Amino acid sequence: MRSQLEGSLGVARMVARCRPQVVCAYPITPQTHIVEALSRMVSTGELAPCEFVNVESEFAAMSVAIGASATGARAYTATASQGLLYMAEALFNAAGLGLPVVMTVANRAIGAPINIWNDHSDAMALRDCGWVQLYATSNQEAADMHVQAFRLAEQCSLPVMVCMDGFVLTHAFEPLELPEQQLVDEFLPPFRPRQLLDPAEPATIGALVGPEAFTEVRYLAHAKQMEALDAIPVLASEFESRLGRASGGLLGPYRCEDAHTVVIALGSVLGTLEEVIDERRARGAGIGALAVKSYRPFPDAELRAALAGVSKVVVLERAFSVGRGGIVSGDVLAALAGRELELHTVVAGLGGRAITRASLHRLLDDLDGGRLARLEFLDLERDVVERELERGRVHQRPGPHAESILRELGIVSAGPI
Amino acid sequence: MSAARFYQTGTFAVGNRLRDPDEAAAQADPGRGNAITKGHRACQGCGEALGARYALDAALRATGGRVIAANATGCLEVFSTPFPESSWRLPWIHSLFANAPAVATGITAALRAQGRSDVRVVAQGGDGGTLDIGLACLSGMFERGDDVLYVCYDNEAYMNTGVQRSAATPPAARTATTEPLGNRPGNAFGQGKNLPLIAMAHEIPYVATATVAELRDLERKVERAMEFHGPRYLHVLVPCPLGWGSAPAETIEIARLAKETGLFPVLEAEEGRVVAVSPIRRLRPVEDYLRRQKRYAHLFADGGRPEVIAQLQRIADRNVERFGLLDEPQQGSDGQAARELLDVLAAAERGPQ
Amino acid sequence: MFEVRIHGRGGQGVVTAAELLSLAAFRDELQAQAFPSFGSERMGAPVVAFCRVDEAPIRRREPIAEPDAVVVQDPTLLHHVDVFGGLSPAGHVLINSSRSPSQLGLDELNDRHPQLVLRTVPASRIARERLGRPIPNVALLGGLVALTGVVTLAALEQAIDERFPGEAGRANARAAHDAHTYTLTTMEHVGTADA
Repeated sequence: MRSQLEGSLGVARMVARCRPQVVCAYPITPQTHIVEALSRMVSTGELAPCEFVNVESEFAAMSVAIGASATGARAYTATASQGLLYMAEALFNAAGLGLPVVMTVANRAIGAPINIWNDHSDAMALRDCGWVQLYATSNQEAADMHVQAFRLAEQCSLPVMVCMDGFVLTHAFEPLELPEQQLVDEFLPPFRPRQLLDPAEPATIGALVGPEAFTEVRYLAHAKQMEALDAIPVLASEFESRLGRASGGLLGPYRCEDAHTVVIALGSVLGTLEEVIDERRARGAGIGALAVKSYRPFPDAELRAALAGVSKVVVLERAFSVGRGGIVSGDVLAALAGRELELHTVVAGLGGRAITRASLHRLLDDLDGGRLARLEFLDLERDVVERELERGRVHQRPGPHAESILRELGIVSAGPI
Repeated sequence: MSAARFYQTGTFAVGNRLRDPDEAAAQADPGRGNAITKGHRACQGCGEALGARYALDAALRATGGRVIAANATGCLEVFSTPFPESSWRLPWIHSLFANAPAVATGITAALRAQGRSDVRVVAQGGDGGTLDIGLACLSGMFERGDDVLYVCYDNEAYMNTGVQRSAATPPAARTATTEPLGNRPGNAFGQGKNLPLIAMAHEIPYVATATVAELRDLERKVERAMEFHGPRYLHVLVPCPLGWGSAPAETIEIARLAKETGLFPVLEAEEGRVVAVSPIRRLRPVEDYLRRQKRYAHLFADGGRPEVIAQLQRIADRNVERFGLLDEPQQGSDGQAARELLDVLAAAERGPQ
Repeated sequence: MFEVRIHGRGGQGVVTAAELLSLAAFRDELQAQAFPSFGSERMGAPVVAFCRVDEAPIRRREPIAEPDAVVVQDPTLLHHVDVFGGLSPAGHVLINSSRSPSQLGLDELNDRHPQLVLRTVPASRIARERLGRPIPNVALLGGLVALTGVVTLAALEQAIDERFPGEAGRANARAAHDAHTYTLTTMEHVGTADA
């Protein structure tokens, strides 16, 4: 059924159709609308049988999910930013134990400085924890990915996080197609756990593993993600044939077939990027865009194939590795090892700064004009930065950067004492 | 509290061999669950291994074998599951150090969603995992009213990692991070962190303390706890020969001395109020307890630290007064036992009829 | 594509207005995307919300920098926040006020952009009359429909009914209708003469 609704509500309703049995969550902006909606559905009985647990922290949320999943219940939670970090230990634990928890991450910047707006630094910080990481380019895709995520998680015995841009997607009101319960049931059968806490057949889960076996147990986690690499396109294809639309998969190429320049990106910026691609194509540019939808596992082979014939690659990232530069560009470079091409990392949209068509055009003009650096911070106010660095050199106690920059930008109205 | 039944057998001897079978210890039953079986790697004389065995077998008996356990990181978890072996004969999960209560909450939620609330959940951890790093999750579990019995095995320090101080470490105890150097008495004197009282402040259905010196009492408290639904908390003192510097064969005796000096009050509480206290049978000075443990050796060496010992005695005296540890039980089964004994002795005095 | 930017203060239902507009577009079988500017939601702080309407699916996800129409729910924002930034020269402006654009000090704007269609509507007053509370957002949408025809009045009424149950819905629909009529009436005047 097609409706006009908020992205968060769409995700909540789709998650409800996946029949989770335990939903446990701790509130954090901008995920709150998702869990509020699920809480309401459990209270009204619309989602049943399901236990909604109000936990005291994100660490507790993931821990409750771990206990529930190990007991054979389909478990779900949602978080963002600081909350994702706070459950970091539990994320590694869930992945290491092979528990098929599904979680929505409403991508939000990590502090300091504290910032409630969208970027990818949260999920990127946990890219190695063993979870499958999927990035939705739209609210429809976000909703659809959750259905596929539960199936993938339970099939591969791996937890899966579905990333959707905080505010930009979660708080956007747009048309969504939500399938009937029966269609979802046909795609997603009941959870059949591969390990189970059951008095009838006792098992020990979470033993201490020493050097003699640790490598093998950990290798299995990698092997399972490699299986997921095969499973993801198969599930996407089945989803398309059952539910009638393409959603998910490993990559989302847009007009890459004869492109010599491709912009690679994750998440909702792909929508804006597609419009820019169309505008430039209309002017004769051989340019395309490539959405990475499965970031972990990273689709090396598929990426190589999608970029055949490409000589310039721009990796547009909403996060960066301090002291290093790009994060996704590292993965892209590794996938393209041996290929001769020009690769640029553009860090954009940090902390919710909008990535606009205008700035994308400027960036691509710079690329065409040979003016784009290897590592570029899009729309960086260089003079603000220079002045702050100078303050640091001159003053004995320059104070916190955030305050002085905000004051400079006229955001803070109170003057210094 | 525990009732010891005394039966006159025509002599002055007393004994409980004629007790009802269902008053017997779970451990006395050859068909017991054996929740943690032999082969684990605990130290000789480990109080925690002993306590866990009694507690979980009692839980299994009380629930007809329907228990799932969630265990925090710590000695118990480490010595019981050296991969690929496991001592556990019940369904058992170890997740992290700080989250055993939350994992247990997740297990109960799953069981409820599946309509299997007949299966009960026990969460367990050491003093470090419970009082320090796990306190937030424990408090959350209490506050939500989750149906979990949490058992804390308190050996008064982070033993698994090499005997470092925890919030449960008593004042003046030596640990690797509270060495009695210079003027320091060992662990500093503070107000401590009384988790049984914190649990009572949450007004949960049942809170109890126990030691491995009174194992039948420990069993009975687990069984009692299983009669309730909702959050329940059991705090068990488990001496650690390695960390306490005590003789492995004296674990039970030292636990008894902890109680008999008043340093470890043994009681039960329901919904925030103490409902029963196990009285001290024969009050002992704290020195009798401290001398048996090398972690207090510095209080006796080179002329000793009598002022520190006096401070510890004051703590014990305060407990005795505060919890009525020497009071005549007014009612309850201990009073009954005492009266029965008096009857027996009075009858004996009268001579055979 | 038609892009609307709505300015107001926290608590005036700016975000709801954008959502309602998108719901109305949906009812008109158009594609619509609405979203707020995501500031901290304190009452009284300036807030902005956006709504795009198009026949084709909408892909871009940036704030509306070049609106076709601007709605100003609170006239105290006029000389305080750049509510007209990026407005197309032949754009539409609807301001919640019982005063005329001239009285609001907007003559200069009109002179610079003679193609602008700029109207005021006393939406707070209408809302107070119809709802008992001076929340102008829904009334303003009625005015916007009259001013721009971005959606049909019938679709707006459907959206209102869907979003506000019972009497609240009916009262809001009446407020939208009143503002719609008022704005149509002012539209009949040539240029931007005082209403």
